[in-house]
Amino acid sequence: MLAYTIRRLLMLIPVLIGMSLITFSIIHLIPGNPAQTILGEQATPQAIAQLEEQLGLNEPYLVQYFDYVGGLLQGDLGQSLRTNADISSEILPFLAATIELTIFAMVFAVIVGVNAGIISAWKQNSLFDYTAMLIALIGVSMPIFWLGLMQQWIFAQELGWLPAFGRSNPRDPVETVTNLYLIDTLLSGRPDQFWNSFRHLVLPGLALGTIPMAIIARMTRSSMLEVLRSDYIRTVESKGIHKMSVVYRHGFKNAVIPVLTVVGLQTGTLLGGAILTETIFSWPGIGRYVFDAIGNRDYPAIQSGILVIATMFVFINLIVDLLYSYIDPRIKY
Amino acid sequence: MEPTSPSKNSPFPGPEHQEPQTSVPAAASPWKEAFRQLIKNKLAIVGMIIIGFFIFIAIFAPLLTTYTYQAMSAADRLQPPSSTHWFGTDDLGRDIFTRIVYGARISLMVGFFAVIGALFFGSLLGIIAGYFGRWIDMIISRIFDIMLAFPSILLAIAIVAILGPSLQNALIAIAIINIPIFGRLVRSKVISIREEEYILAAKAQGMKSGRILFHHVLPNSTAPIIVQATLGFGTAILEAAALGFLGLGAQPPTPEWGRMLSDSRQYIQSAPWTVLFPGLSIMLVVLGFNMIGDGLRDALDPKMKS
Amino acid sequence: MKKALFLSIAAGTVLTFTACGDNGGTDNTETDNNAAETNNNEAGNEGGEEASQPAEDQTLIFARGGDSVSLDYASVTDGESSRVTQQIYESLLSFDEDSFEIGPGLAEDWEVEDDGLRYVFQLREGVTFHDGTEFNAEAVKLNFERWADPDHEYHFADEGYAYSVYGTQFGGFEGDEGHVIEEINVLGDHEVEFVLNETLGSFLQNMGMSYFAMTSPAAFEEYGSAINENPVGTGPFQFVSWSRDDSIVLEKYEDYWQEDLPKLDQVIFQVIPDNSARLTALRSGEIDIMDGLNPDDIDALEGEEGIQMFERATNNIGYLGFNADKEPFDDPEVRRALNHAIDKENLITLLYADMAEPAKNLIPPDYLGYNDDIEPYEYDPELAEQMLDDAGHAGLEIDLWTMPVARPYMPDPERAAEVMQANFADIGVTANIVSMEWATYLEQTEAGEHDLFMLGWSGVNGDPDYFFGNLLHSDAIPGGNRNFYRNDEVDSLLDQAKTSIDEDERAELYEEAQEIIHEDAPMIPLVHSIPVLAGSENVQNYVPHPQTSEPLTEVEISE
Repeated sequence: MLAYTIRRLLMLIPVLIGMSLITFSIIHLIPGNPAQTILGEQATPQAIAQLEEQLGLNEPYLVQYFDYVGGLLQGDLGQSLRTNADISSEILPFLAATIELTIFAMVFAVIVGVNAGIISAWKQNSLFDYTAMLIALIGVSMPIFWLGLMQQWIFAQELGWLPAFGRSNPRDPVETVTNLYLIDTLLSGRPDQFWNSFRHLVLPGLALGTIPMAIIARMTRSSMLEVLRSDYIRTVESKGIHKMSVVYRHGFKNAVIPVLTVVGLQTGTLLGGAILTETIFSWPGIGRYVFDAIGNRDYPAIQSGILVIATMFVFINLIVDLLYSYIDPRIKY
Repeated sequence: MEPTSPSKNSPFPGPEHQEPQTSVPAAASPWKEAFRQLIKNKLAIVGMIIIGFFIFIAIFAPLLTTYTYQAMSAADRLQPPSSTHWFGTDDLGRDIFTRIVYGARISLMVGFFAVIGALFFGSLLGIIAGYFGRWIDMIISRIFDIMLAFPSILLAIAIVAILGPSLQNALIAIAIINIPIFGRLVRSKVISIREEEYILAAKAQGMKSGRILFHHVLPNSTAPIIVQATLGFGTAILEAAALGFLGLGAQPPTPEWGRMLSDSRQYIQSAPWTVLFPGLSIMLVVLGFNMIGDGLRDALDPKMKS
Repeated sequence: MKKALFLSIAAGTVLTFTACGDNGGTDNTETDNNAAETNNNEAGNEGGEEASQPAEDQTLIFARGGDSVSLDYASVTDGESSRVTQQIYESLLSFDEDSFEIGPGLAEDWEVEDDGLRYVFQLREGVTFHDGTEFNAEAVKLNFERWADPDHEYHFADEGYAYSVYGTQFGGFEGDEGHVIEEINVLGDHEVEFVLNETLGSFLQNMGMSYFAMTSPAAFEEYGSAINENPVGTGPFQFVSWSRDDSIVLEKYEDYWQEDLPKLDQVIFQVIPDNSARLTALRSGEIDIMDGLNPDDIDALEGEEGIQMFERATNNIGYLGFNADKEPFDDPEVRRALNHAIDKENLITLLYADMAEPAKNLIPPDYLGYNDDIEPYEYDPELAEQMLDDAGHAGLEIDLWTMPVARPYMPDPERAAEVMQANFADIGVTANIVSMEWATYLEQTEAGEHDLFMLGWSGVNGDPDYFFGNLLHSDAIPGGNRNFYRNDEVDSLLDQAKTSIDEDERAELYEEAQEIIHEDAPMIPLVHSIPVLAGSENVQNYVPHPQTSEPLTEVEISE
């Protein structure tokens, strides 16, 4: 197990180097003079020349790359061209916002998806099974930006049940510590704010969670079906144990590995997919951070945003792999 | 063996994306048998009808409507669906039905070429990596790992940011992000076939690598590739729509569905039809491909036969 | 009574929802039209007796589409930054609440001496910055010197700061040839003089700009280049917090120099990128004022109870420019012909939902020297085709360069290009839409690679020179004069007007210049757009300023 962990960590090194190379190259591959872009149409040529000088984009690429990696190793992500702020501190609230949204979406996807999958498998070919699987099939085919727009329209704009944008009530700002609002509101002892933040999470969370939910439901169902058909379950069943508990206790235990894989995978995917949801629901997360940075040609911010997301993704995958081998040591590597 | 490390990472995945566990078909006419299975699958039939329908309207677009997709009319802005404008009009007074119909051409085309592109380069790299092994495999596999380390829509956005926003560049970006998915699939197939007896026999007879690859290895990997490609159509169409939605895909006046959605989103309250129909179209096409893909997998995967 | 009022507002909200549910909210205006008209724009001032009761919670939430870039106001040019810094900072002079008429600000009084080469400002006494530092002449000198001198310790050149607006307004930086401010002298604790080496007609206008506001000297000391996130000024509100892309919170400055002001206790600038989400938030009462109302929503909002709308006076121009260095656009007759080809009214209906005025001159109508006697080139495709034919260029094929980003003067450039493409097609001209990345677009048009290009300009200080000097003077080649328009007569008129400090004389000079420019037709002036805001009926005394934002000193929330 330890050897495997070490081996997996070592395998990360080339991946991380490759990632830093790709993100670094983005600066040099994107067309357009950053100074001109930043200053816009009302800038004077002198101002542009001055800013170009200050940005120091004239050094050789190799020097810039090593500077960049050197900075990364010290946790320095550089400075945003647009805001002049340190990206490593600037990016944290955005990251927290995305993490909160992602976890919420994932919890929703797992709870609904796993249960729907188990019941579908248990009641195979029932009306419930057909309906659930049809919904799941539609769910995986759904453009999440469209789903989000429709939800926003119906539940926020027409019915007014839930807030349409943001993370909290602007009139009553949350006192931030961790930037995870559900935690912060509890820390400051404000259950009303907690409830409010929760309400803000619902629509974007459901939109983001729908696809993983559908995938998890389908995956759970198919692995449960295999398990349910196995002799083991048949034996247990013949002993007269109540069926529901059989399904949940024994069946799910064996179906957990493929499901775990999907869960891990989809959490990583959500990080990237969040960009669309965040755009629609004005969620100040890292997806929007990167997207805005692209619009503003804020190269260091683009670089760092992408790198941060990709790094998280890689590490989530690593953790899932390790969990995987921990839960089922029979799997050989 | 490496762990079945999580590989597929599209934010808009089709179904599970397990590599279909298709073994080399042993029966005399496996394809016929598969086809028989497929047409027995009701969902797959529905999927084929949906896709057939969209192919039909894409081909015969000009015959289905009396409007052009770019004709503007200030007097007809934001009209609700009616007998003259079946799906209503958008904020420039253009007929939405017409734009949807022409948009089918765009989406199907993007799906097709992106998958073909990804399939071609992915298979090529996968075959090279799997067949030659060693350091070649090492390098190619690492490149795949790195590409898969980025959530795919993000990678696509970065590629489009570099190339500039256009339909063509969106297509290229989608093809690129899908390369490692096909690449890994083909590679693992090639590795498993490489040591089969008939390949070893061919080698012993002095057959050239290229001939072996194309005459034996490739044909024996087709089943999973076909399944993945069918599902890939749906994914590619979704990704193209997402890029269009973010303004990074097709540029106006091209009637691309994702772009239509984002152009109209501010009218969602006053003119919901402008948002409803493009979204439904995307969903239906993707659903169609997913249904066919599922059916194909069941038909080609002997394990699932009961 | 309060309760009754609240109920009626609540009922209004309910009505709104039912109306939306029934017909999508498009058509519920008939009954309440009269009410809407009185509400429009002035409702803030005439809210009636019962409405003027101030509410208990004096928090105003202002929702906008994008975040501020930096709170170091002079280093950035985006409107979303100055929208916030106007609350925190003040300049020596101030503009009238709805025009560019200057009046006292941090300076109580001022004199122009030596025929406009020397300005002496008497500063207001007893003004303190939010950190308690006293405002005095030394502070003024420090602030101006830090912008003028790239080597100044607070210019923060090494940290990537650039004060381009200073360069534009005062002819460059210290050491540059055209830099007009020779020296700044402290004459007393509250008296400061500016000595110029050349007269500058817009000098006092510049002093009113929010870009040239006063920061606490002690704050530079304390925060250094982090001043952009820690603003300390003398304004009615002081900075509390900023979460990027989300909200900026300001609170009342208790020691503000104007008695009993500001009326609000707290102002929050909330980012909501999507227009329709912003409107939803306004309707549900989550916010009080929203910027960037979609013109198409105006109809639906008129007559909606609890909501008022504000029109901002226009202060910009969107235009289609020619490259006069390229054939056949070097021929004024061709340029005039194409001027007749564009249907501006149609453009305004399709893209601005009528919230724009067709343009015939470069400057907005209420500017000094606007020549209203100019006869615009009428939309007349037949005449246009005929003129083009006579000039020997029938069936012309041109590249129409389209800007890739939306601007206030051009909310949807791609669609505008499509509409104009159709106009050109009507006179037999084939226009190919060319688009590229924004920075490249600006560089290439500056370098003269284009035929026809789409662009615009927004005013910052209400002075016509900011438009003419930057867009049509031959000195601005290469630069803002992407039309490559050169006319010595116009140049000399503009030069005289720029250095003159007599308003009437300036106005005459500009009027004369506009006649020549109109005849030469270096561009097709398209529109002056009118931005519209919407707000809750409870917002009192809010008056939009043409400058794209305004201090909220007088604003109050009523019950």
